[in-house]
Amino acid sequence: MQQGPDEKTVLKERLLPGQSPVLTAGHTFGTITDKISWIVLRRPLTLGWVFGFAVAFGLLNLLMLAIGYLVFRGTGIWGINIPVGWGFAIINFVWWIGIGHAGTLISAILLLLKQNWRNSINRFAEAMTLFAVASAAIFPLIHTGRPWLAAYWLFPYPNTMGVWPQFRSPLIWDVFAVSTYGTISALFWYVGLIPDMATFRDSAKNVWTRRIYGLLSMGWRGSARHWKRYESTYLLLAGMSTPLVLSVHTVVSFDFAISVLPGWHATIFPPYFVAGAIYSGFAMVLVLAIPIRHFYGLKDMITERHLDNAAKVMLATGLIVGYGYLMEAFFAYYSANGFERFMYLNRAFGPYGWSFWTLIATNILIPQALWLRKVRLSPPKLFLISIVVLIGMWFERFVIVVTSLHRDFLPSSWGTYVPTRWDIATFVGTLGLFFSAMFLFIRIMPMISIFEMRTLLPEAEVKEEVAAHD
Amino acid sequence: MTNHGTVEAPLYGLMAEFDNPTAVLEATRRAYAAGYRRMDAYSPYPIEELSDALGFHKTRVPLVVLIGGLLGGLSGYLLQYWISVISYPLNVGGRPYHSWPAFIIVTFEMTILFGGISAVVGMLALNGLPMPYHPVFNNPRFSSASRDRFYLCIEAADPQFDREHTGSFMQSLNAVDVAEVVH
Repeated sequence: MQQGPDEKTVLKERLLPGQSPVLTAGHTFGTITDKISWIVLRRPLTLGWVFGFAVAFGLLNLLMLAIGYLVFRGTGIWGINIPVGWGFAIINFVWWIGIGHAGTLISAILLLLKQNWRNSINRFAEAMTLFAVASAAIFPLIHTGRPWLAAYWLFPYPNTMGVWPQFRSPLIWDVFAVSTYGTISALFWYVGLIPDMATFRDSAKNVWTRRIYGLLSMGWRGSARHWKRYESTYLLLAGMSTPLVLSVHTVVSFDFAISVLPGWHATIFPPYFVAGAIYSGFAMVLVLAIPIRHFYGLKDMITERHLDNAAKVMLATGLIVGYGYLMEAFFAYYSANGFERFMYLNRAFGPYGWSFWTLIATNILIPQALWLRKVRLSPPKLFLISIVVLIGMWFERFVIVVTSLHRDFLPSSWGTYVPTRWDIATFVGTLGLFFSAMFLFIRIMPMISIFEMRTLLPEAEVKEEVAAHD
Repeated sequence: MTNHGTVEAPLYGLMAEFDNPTAVLEATRRAYAAGYRRMDAYSPYPIEELSDALGFHKTRVPLVVLIGGLLGGLSGYLLQYWISVISYPLNVGGRPYHSWPAFIIVTFEMTILFGGISAVVGMLALNGLPMPYHPVFNNPRFSSASRDRFYLCIEAADPQFDREHTGSFMQSLNAVDVAEVVH
């Protein structure tokens, strides 16, 4: 986190003409601290927050209802059947887990690459990761229909039946990858919060607020020896999260790629899944960041620079995804395999052709507007494009899951898939879970990392020439 | 700093407050040069040079992570080996029971999981956290250590510590404030 002077991007003289700084000038250690902690400790409850939370919480209750009814009746309430046994549940699982990836990319990979503009968006992006992983993890569990009976083949624990999981199956790899990812993301997030919890403890006025944040801060006192170990831990966690985040969506893609089904059995899946995950994740970061900076007056900390950079990451990963689609078509053609070729033609011109063309429009064509600087710097346009990308990435998983499954090798086993209202209720319900958690998070935790923002200030540098004279 | 000479509360140390990182670093270097060892500096964000100035150069966190990661990877692999080969062998299409390429992913995930957990637990344990009480908080001005101020505290347990002498040394450090910290 200690950056050299040449990497400071808050100083005017180091910026390119027309480029926004990462942190608007005029801040001091005190104003940064006060501004971020004010939102949690002093700001009164606003009607907008209550309304937004109420809507999200209502949807969360819809999720509870949908899961309750599922447990009562079984997976027959969904549209799944043979041949399409993986419907909305797996589509939503992959979509949510992909969204989580941007949080880890921002907090870990950009830290290792010393991209200090990450400092103002990493905290809520990590929270986004946690809540997205929680939303994702629901689906494979409830997809088993009776999750309380599924534990013995998902997790290796000694049971009275004496049976153990099958470790050659990608579904077990998935269990380990996702649970490790969830755990490490939570740890990373919490470690980042400890110094900020101490700040809250020291500036809270209410005695209970002080006690709760004091408990969460574990008695952090900012000792130089502690910081040294802390920095070492933070860097190591970043170093371990980097291969981890790349492995998670790779393993998710194995769920498909290890099978022999045309449309799934493709070697391009791991890299193109990872790129797609970061693509949708950055879209979600923008969907969250644009309203947050507007409603909480944080435009001096989440500047146009952040929007511009996030949009560029989206553009780049979107092009990788586009390359993936192109290669899928090429594989189908070049394999000279009748089933592969049929799969691709059926995908584009079969009964679900509309979903394929929606995907091409929302994921490839519309985001090309991001080439224009004007679009990248316009929050409303960027917000709309991010929503479009999120829809597009959802359709990508729909196309992969449904069009590949519904017509496989034998025409006698072909079928169609239509989601039911319960499929939709469960999906919308997880949106409720995600946004309820986000709403609560911005009220009770510092949504921008305070101590990392302090390091962005020019006065955070030690002036070596003076100190060295002793 | 006021010295009444008859104060009987056990003294933890003397604490100087600074308003910029350069001043606290300079003060720490001077205190180290003056022979003080049992002291600590406090800052609202990490300052790499500060722990070096205290003579604290190496942490054992990476070693803890290495051991944790190795243990995780090893236990992950052995778990799969024991289950798939010894306890519950399943013949899937005639493939070998010990199908190691399929075991790599879980081994990798367990390495990261154990490594990550040992990094956090190790860091907290080496730092002695959670610690509900610490004498430095008895200085009412210390709440700014998590905001915008920097502190250097020379502990009374230091063999060179002398209330009078150390006090006047700290007054010479260009500090904003010097205070006694009691237990």
